Amino acid sequence: MMQKYITGFALSLALTLVAYFLVINNETHPWMLVVLGVLAATQLAVQLLYFLHLDDEVGPRLKQLSFWFMALILLIIVVGSIWIMNNLNERMMHFSPTEKNQYMLTEYDKGF
Amino acid sequence: MNNESVTENKSLLSRTSVGFWLYLMTDCLLFATLFATFAVLRDATAGGPAGRDIYEMPLVLAETLILLTSSFTCGLALIGLATKNKRQVLYGLLATFVLGAAFLFIEVSEFVKLIGEGHGPQASAFLSAFFALVGMHGLHVFVGLLWLSVLALTIWRRGITDKLTRQLTLFGLFWHFLDLIWIFVFTVVYLMGIVK
Repeated sequence: MMQKYITGFALSLALTLVAYFLVINNETHPWMLVVLGVLAATQLAVQLLYFLHLDDEVGPRLKQLSFWFMALILLIIVVGSIWIMNNLNERMMHFSPTEKNQYMLTEYDKGF
Repeated sequence: MNNESVTENKSLLSRTSVGFWLYLMTDCLLFATLFATFAVLRDATAGGPAGRDIYEMPLVLAETLILLTSSFTCGLALIGLATKNKRQVLYGLLATFVLGAAFLFIEVSEFVKLIGEGHGPQASAFLSAFFALVGMHGLHVFVGLLWLSVLALTIWRRGITDKLTRQLTLFGLFWHFLDLIWIFVFTVVYLMGIVK
């Protein structure tokens, strides 16, 4: 039990410091966002296993089941929002702010 | 305590902890919507400062390490619970409280500084999303500190009972969960915010 906490703590500490100093020293690296995502996901796994003990559940695995369902909904909310809003931004890009305003007003006058 | 009541307490604990876990999962979805909002609005700075102009990275790293350590000391308190070691439980909780309060102090002083410089939540959509997400996590930490102090005082006065064991186990879940959310605040808001 104690051993597990110490391992989890050491791993989390290492992952946090690696992520921090990588970013501070290479702010412009093109792969940085991906690297940070992978490091955060690794730390998620470490803490779920070593701190929240998601792996030693017995009987019907309600915690794991609800966790994966939550993860599905979470991905739909986050990825869906980013996708739709960026797509919308891109479609409106060739307008200047005044044109954008005008376009929205004419669309509004057409009714729904 | 006889064997029967030990088993009974264990099954009660596993049932209540599943219920509490379900609450944590819904709380995750609350944070998911705030993260999605932040991700969409992070470049909507309305001529105001972007993330990299206002973040104090060394302080943010300090906050992260403090919260991580408090998660660890909370784990130590939970281990003390398993061996009915009252001293270890109380010292573990005290360390967790001090570290949690230090985290909150750094966060609030950052907020006060930003608002004083005119970069409050009303300045841009980015700052609204920033304050909502980071502030929501801070609010959770604050509630956690209240819960923690009530539990620690009760254990100090009454010793480790079955009921307090269950409650403290749930608090442990909550506190580890807050640390996990912070890892993502740290990564998505701060680290990804200074990538050019």
